Amino acid sequence: MSMQLHTESVETRRVTDGPSAIRTRQLVRRYGEVTAVAGIDLDVARGEIYGFLGPNGAGKSTTMRMLCTLVAPTSGTAEVAGCDIAADPAAVRLHIGVALQEAALDPKQTGTELLRLQGRLYGLPKAVARRRADELGEWIGLGDALQRPIGGYSGGMKRRLDLAAALVHNPEVLFLDEPTTGLDPISRATVWEEVQRLNTELGMTIFLTTQYLEEADVLADRVGIIDGGRIVAEGTPSELKRSVGADLIIVRVAGSASPVIAALDRVAGVIGVEAHGSEAVISTENGSSVISAVVVALSERDIGVRELTLRTPTLDDVFLELTGNRIADDASDNDNDNQGTPSKGTTDNREQVK
Amino acid sequence: MTAVTTSISTSRTGDIGAIGRGDVSARPAGALADVITIAGRALRAVPRDVATVVPAIFIALFFFLVNIATLSHLTEGQIAGFNFKSFELPTAILLGVTGVSRAPALVLDVQDGYFDRLLLSPVRRSAILLGHLIADVAVAIALIVPILIVGLAIGVRFDTGIAGMLVFVLLGALWSLAFSGFGYAIALKTGNPAAVNSSFLLFFPFLFLTTSYVPKEQLSGWLKTVASWNPVTYLLEGLRALVYRGWDGTRLFQALAAVAIVGAISQTMCFAALRGRVKRG
Repeated sequence: MSMQLHTESVETRRVTDGPSAIRTRQLVRRYGEVTAVAGIDLDVARGEIYGFLGPNGAGKSTTMRMLCTLVAPTSGTAEVAGCDIAADPAAVRLHIGVALQEAALDPKQTGTELLRLQGRLYGLPKAVARRRADELGEWIGLGDALQRPIGGYSGGMKRRLDLAAALVHNPEVLFLDEPTTGLDPISRATVWEEVQRLNTELGMTIFLTTQYLEEADVLADRVGIIDGGRIVAEGTPSELKRSVGADLIIVRVAGSASPVIAALDRVAGVIGVEAHGSEAVISTENGSSVISAVVVALSERDIGVRELTLRTPTLDDVFLELTGNRIADDASDNDNDNQGTPSKGTTDNREQVK
Repeated sequence: MTAVTTSISTSRTGDIGAIGRGDVSARPAGALADVITIAGRALRAVPRDVATVVPAIFIALFFFLVNIATLSHLTEGQIAGFNFKSFELPTAILLGVTGVSRAPALVLDVQDGYFDRLLLSPVRRSAILLGHLIADVAVAIALIVPILIVGLAIGVRFDTGIAGMLVFVLLGALWSLAFSGFGYAIALKTGNPAAVNSSFLLFFPFLFLTTSYVPKEQLSGWLKTVASWNPVTYLLEGLRALVYRGWDGTRLFQALAAVAIVGAISQTMCFAALRGRVKRG
């Protein structure tokens, strides 16, 4: 029975060629003199997972709060599920599910009470709201904990209950604002798995913001990189990473890395060199065949190499090339609990040479 | 720890097909259903948050019984035919219900982010506040009834009978509603629990610069002047009339008018604060 329902869902919802699930044009949000979002154009297809990647303060959450109707845009237009966020926010709310950055839960209710109440708020008849609470409770697998007050839940349990609450009314578009921030690696992997199943098995459109490169890389069909309230790059993770070269050689030197640029000027196979502080990022088509020539060239110029790393590009490299900063530094500064994320996708792709 | 482990192992067996049911879709629930849903949640929270109601009823009963023991002899000796128990019951009721509301819970909703979850749903914004206010009326009635029972048990009798008692309870609950608007206004304006708790300070001028303990004729000087401007004075007179004067239309009208004036001010303030809180611009 459930498989049949599942198939129907996929057939009816897995549409990517129709009208966009999310469409924005020159979306702007200002707070007094501060421009949080500075003219964003987005087209997210139905059935797509779109990752909105950027450091803290880049404008990710403000964009999401506008799309979810919590904040009105200062200018520009946006449609979500075909409904205008400014002209008809009430219609938008019927079509979207939202899990905000901080799990928006009432600590004194039990998990079951919260899910049933959520169903009632979305106009589900009492019996349907109860059934949905049971189905979603089973899906997130919190077991007997659902009968206990939410205040006693772990961070991972809260986040999964928050996700279930966002799904009570079977939304067309699911918004996830930094869904794994603050979670331990196991809980993070569980949330990823659930998000992927919602998309691949139900065809749900998912818009997620994240400051974790790995999360965007693993989950998103397409990634928009935002910095300073503007989208600075957009594409599939592979496309974005290819844009900075096939392989990267990272060189850390004593002092400024600027001399590295001149030193590698004539080295065959080097596509480009960028220096950021004491680090130089060398783009190559085939890193393993070029690395020895790089070492020789640096040695000839008496540049003291402290660390040399050969790896494939990450989204952080894309961000670095576009903005001159790394997202990863910002993310780790703000989330020291998230060290050691589980290896999934293209996470740990380094080969270090010292 | 056990719960976390269990949750991870069972999550993979969850039936995701059921999550995408085609027969489930959101729709506006309707104004009445919204209010009932919010009020129901607020009421379910009361037994888990008894600290908000137990002190109120304790203080009301404590002062009711202590004041009777302290002042009965003194006042009844001064005024012929005066019954201090009957006189003091309305004061006890107002001590019990004034300032008791779910406003502190609402401010926690703002802090916990649950208020945003409500705003993300199709629920009407006004229903969020109305639901809480209706829950407060129910809580106020639940607080008044035991105080009334204690009053009856120690010998207070209503000249207006059972109908008078019902009007008495209703007036007390309406006063609670009128006063709670100030707490919600502060809660929604500031989002700060400490500020909400400070609204308790309003309680003192309203409840003590009036005829709480002695009739107006026994007051003197500035207090008598202030009491004649205090709406609670007229509310107390209306409530007392129901106990020992019979159906006194003038006093009942003045009591209702006093509640209506305070209520109009406080509800205007709290709905303005709600509009400010949910404003998207």
